[in-house]
Amino acid sequence: MGQKSKRRVNRRELLALGGALGTAAAAEALSRHDGMLSGPSRTYTNALPWDDGLTDEPEAAGEGGWQYLNEGEVGFLTAAVDRLIPPDPTGPSASEAGVVVFLDRQLAGDYGNGARFYLEGPWGKGTESQGYQSRFTPAQLYRHAIAAIEQAVGKRENGKAFKEVPADLQDVLLKQMESGDLKLDGPITSKAFFAMFLQNVLEGYFSDPIYGGNKDASAWKMIGFPGAHYDYSEWVTAYNKPVPVETVGLRGRAAWRRG
Amino acid sequence: MPKVDAVLVGFGWTGAILAQQLCDAGMTVLALERASARTTPNNWATTFDQDELRYMWRHHLFQNVKYSTLTFRNNVNQTALPMRHLGSFLPGTGVGGAGIHWNGQIWRWLETDFKLKSHNEQRYGKQATASLTLQDMPVSYQELEPYYDMFDKICGTSGQAGNLRGAKQAGGNPFEGPRSMPFPTPPLPMTYGPKLFEQAASSMGLHPFPHPAGNLSQAYTNPLGLQLGKCTFCGFCEKFGCGNYSKASPQTTLIPYILTKPNFELRTEAEVLKVERTPDGRHATGVTYIDAAGTEYFQPAEIVALTAYQLHNVHLMLVSGIGQAYDPATGKGQVGRNYCYQTMSSVDVFFDDKLLNPFIGAGALGSVIDDYNGDNFDHDGLGFIGGAYIAGTVTGARPIEMLKVPDGIPKWGLEWKRAAAKYFLRAMGLSVHGSSYPQAGNYLSLDPTYRDQFGRPMLRMTFDFPPNDLKMTKYCTDRAAEIAARMGASHVHPKARQGPYDITRYQTTHNVGGTMMGSSPADSVVNKYSQSWDVPNLFVTGAGLYPQNPGYNPTGTLAALCFMTADAIKSRYVKALGAPLVAA
Repeated sequence: MGQKSKRRVNRRELLALGGALGTAAAAEALSRHDGMLSGPSRTYTNALPWDDGLTDEPEAAGEGGWQYLNEGEVGFLTAAVDRLIPPDPTGPSASEAGVVVFLDRQLAGDYGNGARFYLEGPWGKGTESQGYQSRFTPAQLYRHAIAAIEQAVGKRENGKAFKEVPADLQDVLLKQMESGDLKLDGPITSKAFFAMFLQNVLEGYFSDPIYGGNKDASAWKMIGFPGAHYDYSEWVTAYNKPVPVETVGLRGRAAWRRG
Repeated sequence: MPKVDAVLVGFGWTGAILAQQLCDAGMTVLALERASARTTPNNWATTFDQDELRYMWRHHLFQNVKYSTLTFRNNVNQTALPMRHLGSFLPGTGVGGAGIHWNGQIWRWLETDFKLKSHNEQRYGKQATASLTLQDMPVSYQELEPYYDMFDKICGTSGQAGNLRGAKQAGGNPFEGPRSMPFPTPPLPMTYGPKLFEQAASSMGLHPFPHPAGNLSQAYTNPLGLQLGKCTFCGFCEKFGCGNYSKASPQTTLIPYILTKPNFELRTEAEVLKVERTPDGRHATGVTYIDAAGTEYFQPAEIVALTAYQLHNVHLMLVSGIGQAYDPATGKGQVGRNYCYQTMSSVDVFFDDKLLNPFIGAGALGSVIDDYNGDNFDHDGLGFIGGAYIAGTVTGARPIEMLKVPDGIPKWGLEWKRAAAKYFLRAMGLSVHGSSYPQAGNYLSLDPTYRDQFGRPMLRMTFDFPPNDLKMTKYCTDRAAEIAARMGASHVHPKARQGPYDITRYQTTHNVGGTMMGSSPADSVVNKYSQSWDVPNLFVTGAGLYPQNPGYNPTGTLAALCFMTADAIKSRYVKALGAPLVAA
């Protein structure tokens, strides 16, 4: 082997995997296949690079209590998401669809930990067109931003929390976050937080139900999206007609499950 | 490491094409890929592929900026900062590269796109191109045609020819250059939205035709014996793999064949750091790569081919010190010059009275007009050159990304919710796929501050839309809006691209230039056979070869150029190793 020198790059990951790639380690490598150099080099000759018995399936949101959010954050988010997507007969509100659970699981996981963000310094302020320049992971950003928002709201509203002020005032506050007019103490602008927050709420509302939101595909049903269907060939040229298929997610639909 | 005839840096579309071609010629080929191997059943099976959150928004198949990113600024007066999250473009990583998650829109350039500078100067005068650093390609459409055809046959492209050996064909693109052969498979059928577009465009005297598609209309066996299945219109192509073997990709059309070759080897989790050269710098001895343990290896090779994504090819040239880096202050140097993008815009179209069912889709399902692309229309008095194809294409309706409500409705709240419920099945977007022409201040270079995980300077992108292209996008988007109005839409909202270029919003993964192909070392990095002027046993493939970007998706042309390069290596270069294929 033409070994030249050693560096520290991902050494820990290699040690964790061990020399021989057992099934568990291979599964780990597979689940992180999108990272660069996620495991030892592998060489393929005369065979497809196929991992027998392994599929890169998604990880569903876990059951149980809150994994990342604290009680105050749950209170803020439950109130706020239901102003972004309020309850009415059209379909579920964001919280009814499970969006707060979705946010909690996302912030507790890879997304929240910034697994796909570059977070090394140095940091500059940057222009809008240069995008995200915070040193915070999304989970840290939510923690700091919500605390700063509650502080700003408390100062204006006699110590009340966001969830305790009337809905029309909540809307005003959210609009001020959207525009950046709500000034926050600390390094995060309300505008930067709101942009990430609204995006994440839409993700929770419309993503596959396995991630904790879009409960029983209720948001998909509201808009008429049939979900994870394999084949629409039959309806390609059925112009201007409803497509008579039932909404389905990656784990099927409620009717497929027993009691 | 034993020496190989050819080492390929990156194993996406062009790596796979070169591997197939060179292995069939009996050469020993090693492909080095920085990330892992991926296959259809392991990584995007139909049972879990249709997952918008994971693949699109959590970037599951894309390059992870945590490990590999670049810095960006709009102009030389700004300080470039890292792209900390993917947005505007979504490069791939791993075996198959971005060829896994593309839409499968397979285009050829117009004949005039190959001689863009001289053609426009001749027709509109020198002042028409003065603000741009356009240049002609050293290859013509006619020379490249056999290789376009090869790629169509590999992919099984579905479509309707508009020009067959000079004879215009009804229903095809009347502006395209002559094809030697019809498309391998017939066009995809149209869903309702594209059909409305086609009817409207036709009634206006325009020339709609089916979008050339790498999502196949019927089962197909390619010349390598690999089989593709008929598309089922699930609407998850772009940003997703195809679990159904219906989308042409390196995985479906080349890799299973290549891996039967005893003279081929694929090594994954092996990231190339540098091209190594002899002390005089004139000959590449091989490459240095690093593995996950941080161990560096030298891989000797007779031929080195940079077959990674355009941004990485430019980066490798710069960090290897090959050729002269472009400096906008002096205009000197070629590597990194003429970085271009694609000037994308759209028209949002809503129907109060029609059900479009846009979730029925495929990456290239739809109807297109080319009447306003390139120089297919008279630019006299318009104040710009270039153009766009306008497409009534419905790739699907993944709701997080694609749900839209008419302008004037808030982005959240009850009114938004009701509009979302009303319009999701009644909306589509017309895509205006515009050219991107070069200007002196747009380029790629090494960042003076930020370093990557291996200690190399990061690539720095300096880019903004030239005034020429902003005028183009306005004009072409307005033409698209006219078609939308003719479609009988209730709401038509043209969204011409506005400056400054914003790296946060998804536009397209069509980054081009920086390793341009040209007629001499004074205007380019490589010759017409993708061979480095400075290091004749180094070849560079991909969209970096483009001195500017016509109004088409880049894959068709870069694949054709790669087949042409392979041909030159097999038929000429191996007989005179180390010799330039074109005299400098």
